[in-house]
Amino acid sequence: MSLEQHAGLLIIAPLMGALLISLLGGLHRRVAYLLLVTSLASSFYSAMATLRQVALHAADGPLRYRLGDWAPPYGIELVIDPLNGLVLAMVSGVALLVAIFSKNTVRQEVAEYIHHYYTLFALLVAGLLGITATGDAFNLYVLMEISALASYALLARGRGFAYYATFKYVIMGTIGACLYLLGVGYLYIKTGTLNMAELVSFLTRTELINSESIRVAFILIMVGLWIKMAFFPLHGWLPNAYTRTTTTTSCLVAPLMTKVSVYVMIRVMFGVFSVAFVHTTLGWSKGVVWLASVAILAGSIGALAQTSMKRMLTYIIVAEVGYMVGGAWLGNAAGLTGATYHIVSDGLMTACLFMVVGAISYKTGSDDFESMRGIFRRMPITAVVFLVGAFAMIGIPPTCGFFSKWYLIKGGVIASQYPFVAALLISSLVNAVLFFRLIEIGYYDTFDSEGKPEGHGKIKVQEAPLSMLVPMVVMAAMLLVVGLYTGKIVTSLIQYTIPAGL
Amino acid sequence: MEDLLAYIISRYNYWAAIILLLIGLYGMIAKNNLLKKVIGMSIFQSAIILFYVSIGDKRGATIPILEHSHDAHHGAQQVVEAASYANPLPHVLMLTAIVVGVSTLGVALAILQKIYRVHGTIEEDEILETIDQ
Repeated sequence: MSLEQHAGLLIIAPLMGALLISLLGGLHRRVAYLLLVTSLASSFYSAMATLRQVALHAADGPLRYRLGDWAPPYGIELVIDPLNGLVLAMVSGVALLVAIFSKNTVRQEVAEYIHHYYTLFALLVAGLLGITATGDAFNLYVLMEISALASYALLARGRGFAYYATFKYVIMGTIGACLYLLGVGYLYIKTGTLNMAELVSFLTRTELINSESIRVAFILIMVGLWIKMAFFPLHGWLPNAYTRTTTTTSCLVAPLMTKVSVYVMIRVMFGVFSVAFVHTTLGWSKGVVWLASVAILAGSIGALAQTSMKRMLTYIIVAEVGYMVGGAWLGNAAGLTGATYHIVSDGLMTACLFMVVGAISYKTGSDDFESMRGIFRRMPITAVVFLVGAFAMIGIPPTCGFFSKWYLIKGGVIASQYPFVAALLISSLVNAVLFFRLIEIGYYDTFDSEGKPEGHGKIKVQEAPLSMLVPMVVMAAMLLVVGLYTGKIVTSLIQYTIPAGL
Repeated sequence: MEDLLAYIISRYNYWAAIILLLIGLYGMIAKNNLLKKVIGMSIFQSAIILFYVSIGDKRGATIPILEHSHDAHHGAQQVVEAASYANPLPHVLMLTAIVVGVSTLGVALAILQKIYRVHGTIEEDEILETIDQ
């Protein structure tokens, strides 16, 4: 197997995995589980190999992989540069760890038809990786819908009014994808191509950039993507859909779907349109950064009002989307570096915290704040992982959350967008309040029937099973490792993703 | 006035797509019955499909199958005049979009059926009442 095939394999592996799981997974749930983990592990391996290759040749331009050896513009090509190489590694890594993590939670929550659940799991990952790798605007739409359809089916398997919450997401998600498709249609009418590299060269070389249709196309695509990523005024569907579903689904969907949409936004802004168009011709930058600041505050305030950990985390996601959108629209290299770096770090830390909540609710059957009581004695390892995740979310060095905030704040100061800087700092403080409250609850023991704290001897260690602990600990370690290697990631990868003119 | 009319008529395919889009959007936003929302969603998607299909068409053009290409006398020298054939690419793209649309419709209807089983109704206000309790 030559090294050149890794770019194709990283999408084919989960796709074939989905097929095999649906064919053979019915034999035994262990077969389905092993097939899922194997396919995602090979996908992760290919993603890392591709990333390594891209990093070695970062200065020479992106890696192009022609599917079926059809040359563009007739064929579809995968284009992997440092930006999506990083996102691919993050997506496949998080998906692999969540897949390992899911062994016990799926058995508890899904019970029957586990292989159907795992088929959808693999399809969702294949869709997300495809969105990230593709170099074709229409292909991106199709893969976006593949991952969206898989996520609808996964999210609907929940409790309470999960079906109703998912139905709302189906409607909103379809509107978002259709607006994107309509925008791509405008681009096609004007340029006659769907290949992103050709689109950007058409749009920068000619006078087209000033045309009204191109402007409308950009706005349609942006609004569509903002719906998909739950950017502030369009976020209404997210908290209910992500809270009501099963633990495994929220561990998988919550960190990945919104982050991949943010990646697509950055790709469209600078890989299809251009810096000059986004920041000069359109002139929306200030407004969008303001909106992002409001998104951050709205998400943080929403999070303060919750009493369930999962629901609190979903509101934090809304705030984090504000971070990334704001960073991308600041219009300087530091802001974009922060946004790109935050896609990776936020994906990791959201996955880490959702896994902790999943482990706690697996053991206690609830994800209320009260289920944290006595956590440090009952589940010491989970509690440590929780601490690392919480510190990353607050932004305490040396976790990766600190460095992404550092770049974002630096970008905000350079662009003199002080409201955005203030919103970032307030949101960090709110996160500190949220998580220290949980840590405080965690230090106190459970009470017995008379309202007295239970004695030390009575509380036994009830740690989550090994299949959950290992991915959680790896994820927590990744938060620290990515944080410590920030300099290397930025200089050898992210700095090549900054488009000229920023 | 006549200019305006001519302007509207000359782009009637866009107007049709816009009107259908708005009907679909209205259905999704304003209707209380969830099934009507799904119908609105389907109209919304169909509008975009029709928009794409209409842009592939050219006046006086025929289906994109090369004439005489199997004919030994002309085959090699034949110059393809793009203007006399409809653009097949938007149509091909829409084959995929139709598949996506049907799948979305299927998932939405399946979820709708589940909603009916859990809540006993598909009227949005009645569902919200059962959730509040």
